[in-house]
Amino acid sequence: MNKSAKTITLLGVCTAAAMVLSYVETLIPVPFAVPGIKLGLANLVAIYLLMKLDWRYAAPVSLVRVLLTALLFGNAASLAYSASGAVLSMLVMIGAKRTKAFSAVGVSVLGGVFHNVGQILMAILLTGTAQIAYWLPPLIISGVVTGAAIGAVGAVLIAKTDPRIDQK
Amino acid sequence: MDKIKLRNDIILLAVILAAAFAVWGVIRLAMPAGRYAVVELDGKTIASYPLDTDIRVEIPSEGGHINVLVIRDGKASVESADCPDKLCVRQRPVSKAGQTIICLPHKLIIRIDGESGVDAEL
Ligand SMILES: [Zn+2]
Repeated sequence: MNKSAKTITLLGVCTAAAMVLSYVETLIPVPFAVPGIKLGLANLVAIYLLMKLDWRYAAPVSLVRVLLTALLFGNAASLAYSASGAVLSMLVMIGAKRTKAFSAVGVSVLGGVFHNVGQILMAILLTGTAQIAYWLPPLIISGVVTGAAIGAVGAVLIAKTDPRIDQK
Repeated sequence: MDKIKLRNDIILLAVILAAAFAVWGVIRLAMPAGRYAVVELDGKTIASYPLDTDIRVEIPSEGGHINVLVIRDGKASVESADCPDKLCVRQRPVSKAGQTIICLPHKLIIRIDGESGVDAEL
């Protein structure tokens, strides 16, 4: 395979994996806050691509994953939640990687926290109910736990795999 | 290099967790116990029920749909509903001012308030 075919294959496989994780998390309802809020398991793929390669791989895969998942399993509200969570967490993770201060676990923890912050902000916007901010602390704690777990798995994947794509 | 990153990871984790637990604790302590469950449909307040009286009431929404609101022991919860996701039913009972139960498919918000949002009953 030539280089661009390899890249397309990698991105396709990663998008598929991210969609499976997105589907799995629709089966796990978050027991508080607002219905439709998700754990952010698909961040595993984002953290892998971001830390192993860079944001030019991670961001498009996240975007396509969000759109396709909403099309297949979701509705307008779940699209708004997952898009706001994915975009905010991606921006924060890109920034966190740039600081070179954190490993994949630290970057993923920040991603998990801001994934949930993004969803809550969107919920406040959609429902016009500012009191939903009450749920920020428990969702931030859940983001730390999910982010740390995903970061740990991601770190193993990053160490053990070699996608063999020449980086610029 | 990796040791520094590991240390930074741990500091980050600890700081976020400590801050979140502290803020949560302060909110919970500062938040007065709610007195009313206020029902909003599509952004409009349609009813409010005092938390000190146990009731079981069907809340009709657009298209003939129903959520059954139950108030028991000062806590409000949705006992059953005919929405597709049933996420409102799975949410924990709420009793503190500011807490909410939301049923997105029915555009229904049950909000706990310190004061009555409206005098009308359903
Ligand atoms: Zn519902």
